Amino acid sequence: MKRHFLIIAALLAAAPAWGTVNVFATVPEWGALAQEIGGDKVTVFTATTGLQDPHRIQAKPSLISRARNADLLVATGAELELGWLPLVQRESGNPRIQSGQAGYFEAAQYVVLLEKPARLDRAEGDVHAAGNPHIQTDPRNFLKVGAALAQRLAQLDAANAAVYAANEKRFRERLQAAIARWEKAAAPLRGAPILVQHKAFPYLENWLGLRETGSLEAKPGMEPSSAQLAEILARQQAQPARMVLRPAYQYDAPSRWLAERTKINRVIVPFTIGGTPEAKDIFSLFDATVQRLLDGMQGRDAP
Amino acid sequence: MKRISMATLAACGVLSSLPATAADSDLKALREEIAQMKQSYEQRIAALEQRLAETENKAGAAAATADQAQLALQEAARAPAAVNAFNPEISLILSGRYTNTAQDARQDPTGAAGRERRIQGVLPSGMASGAPARSWNLGESELALAANIDPLFRGTFLLSIAPDDTVGVEEAHIQTLGLGQGFNVKAGRFFSGIGYANEQHPHAWDFSDAALPYQAFFGPQLGYDGVQLKWLAPTELFLELGAEVGRARSFPATDANAKKNGLMSGSLFAHVGGDLGVSSSWRAGVSWFDAKPHDRGYDDVDGAGTLVSNSFSGTSRTVGADLVWKWAPQGNPRQQNFSFQSEWFRRRETGELAYDTAGASLGTTSGSFRSSQSGFYAQGVWQFMPQWRIGYRYDQLSAPATAIGLVDSGVLTAADFPLLQAYKPKRQTAMMDWSPSEFSRIRFQYAHDQTRPEVTDNQLWVHYIMSLGAHGAHKF
Repeated sequence: MKRHFLIIAALLAAAPAWGTVNVFATVPEWGALAQEIGGDKVTVFTATTGLQDPHRIQAKPSLISRARNADLLVATGAELELGWLPLVQRESGNPRIQSGQAGYFEAAQYVVLLEKPARLDRAEGDVHAAGNPHIQTDPRNFLKVGAALAQRLAQLDAANAAVYAANEKRFRERLQAAIARWEKAAAPLRGAPILVQHKAFPYLENWLGLRETGSLEAKPGMEPSSAQLAEILARQQAQPARMVLRPAYQYDAPSRWLAERTKINRVIVPFTIGGTPEAKDIFSLFDATVQRLLDGMQGRDAP
Repeated sequence: MKRISMATLAACGVLSSLPATAADSDLKALREEIAQMKQSYEQRIAALEQRLAETENKAGAAAATADQAQLALQEAARAPAAVNAFNPEISLILSGRYTNTAQDARQDPTGAAGRERRIQGVLPSGMASGAPARSWNLGESELALAANIDPLFRGTFLLSIAPDDTVGVEEAHIQTLGLGQGFNVKAGRFFSGIGYANEQHPHAWDFSDAALPYQAFFGPQLGYDGVQLKWLAPTELFLELGAEVGRARSFPATDANAKKNGLMSGSLFAHVGGDLGVSSSWRAGVSWFDAKPHDRGYDDVDGAGTLVSNSFSGTSRTVGADLVWKWAPQGNPRQQNFSFQSEWFRRRETGELAYDTAGASLGTTSGSFRSSQSGFYAQGVWQFMPQWRIGYRYDQLSAPATAIGLVDSGVLTAADFPLLQAYKPKRQTAMMDWSPSEFSRIRFQYAHDQTRPEVTDNQLWVHYIMSLGAHGAHKF
């Protein structure tokens, strides 16, 4: 019995290689980036969809079993996946993807983080000590993360280093051209006053020059109380913002409440790939983001 | 005249041709000049362009340098500033409750002084029953320290401070990080991986107390001092096999005489799990636990009305099955989610039962003992809007099939073992809780309790559970 078990264990353990690098991406944007840079040399599994809040995910059995065979774990870091990823790493029994190993890649290490809290106190809500982790709303961050990811893939799979470098170059050039296009199209958004439902958009604001006048969630991670909403309403009447932004996966009640009382336009930002139907890859993600913001400026409620 | 005119004509001809020649050379000069200017401008433009490009490059480089500097700053900020930067993750759970019960849930209905009530029909665990005391009570405070020790090991230490000021080491274990091939080894003191709820700490429970099968069979959680080996199959379907050996320090094994070498108890378990579409996840499992309790004592009131100590020695074997199903729209539990959880256990104990080990009543005698009993619970918890959940749980134990040798042989009567008389304890519990953030929860719980044959109890709890420090793990 015991011998049979060992034989089966050995067979199963030897099976997963298939010649490609197994990438476990925590969120859709890094899954897409890994696919752009890895091409047909990687097999990508994405742990969450664009309609799931990556902060609230549980260490589900399906995630643990997928992490078991991963060669490279691509995470955002900056405490975004803190609630579940460490548990998935430990339970996976996979030494390659443990923190500190070459198979563990944290995107937030390669970009400049904004909104680093001056005070670390949970009375401020669910603050992230390292800074705001929602770095994927600025396409320029994909250039930096992409370059680092290509290097990491080359380190793990030296035989295909040239492929990763070539894919990265092609992706970088395409993205740079697209960024120029988006920046031109988004020119009318510069200086536009906006409200946000969750402090999720500092990188988008920084990129397009949007001006945030307030956040419906007074404390990150906590639903706004009616008193806090009333305060936002008063502020909105005194200092009107053009639109209120919310990530696709967030509860719509607070922004709906505000929109019913003021003339503010609600804009659902795809936030990541799959957040809205038209955001299918990194390029259409920002096409959709810019388009929805422009629609919001025009006074068209996003669907 | 004619000659003059000819000369004049000639002169005129020369004269008339003169400006044409002059204009041609001017144009040429002009063209040359323009060409020169153009060339010069082109050169200057090219030079300017080059300078612009250089400047841009410099600016780009400067921006990149600035970014790098920022990154370096970020790194520097992250870099440990002192030796205590390696401090482990620390978290503290605070809990407390107000309980209002129709009956005193702790007092034994037989009225024997100082004796807490037990679940009817079950060989008791000999530990605190977990029944709620009335009025305000401090719950269990839990201090947890955990950190990676090195690239190969991780250590966890959990101290539980009971309201009566006793401190207990709830967990203290090391676990491997670098074994590979899906293997994980844990050693030290830990909660067994059998069932589903056994590994959960009380602050993670959806209800404020453990379900009846856990209270009756594991009193209320099975803990080991030993070793656990788990293996995760390299398949997309989650398949985990586990084995544990060691000294089961708690009920139903006994810890009292740690005199024997070797392995006193062991368990095996298997879990399978996966997703059903994007919205549902599930996990199912089977478990087996075997122990050899020796002199596991408990109190009862014999037929003469005397408080006596009895004890059991023999084999205790428990098998179980568990199922958990969780649903959230689009797999995003933030707004709404539902979870269903059910477990079933069956325990068989065979061995010897000793009556009145202290000789307080009719004198010490012993005889054979055999008992088998099953129990299950099923619960559903629904988060119907952010921060708010409601839940319902039904739990029950079957009436045990018991054969007591001392009674069958006529030495004693069934009345001498009132606690072992057949009864089917059952209970219904409803709860509602509010969690303003991931770190705090206030729960209202109502239970209709029929675990004692004499009385039906209605229990109302208000319970707070708060965590501070390191962010807890979202365990499935």
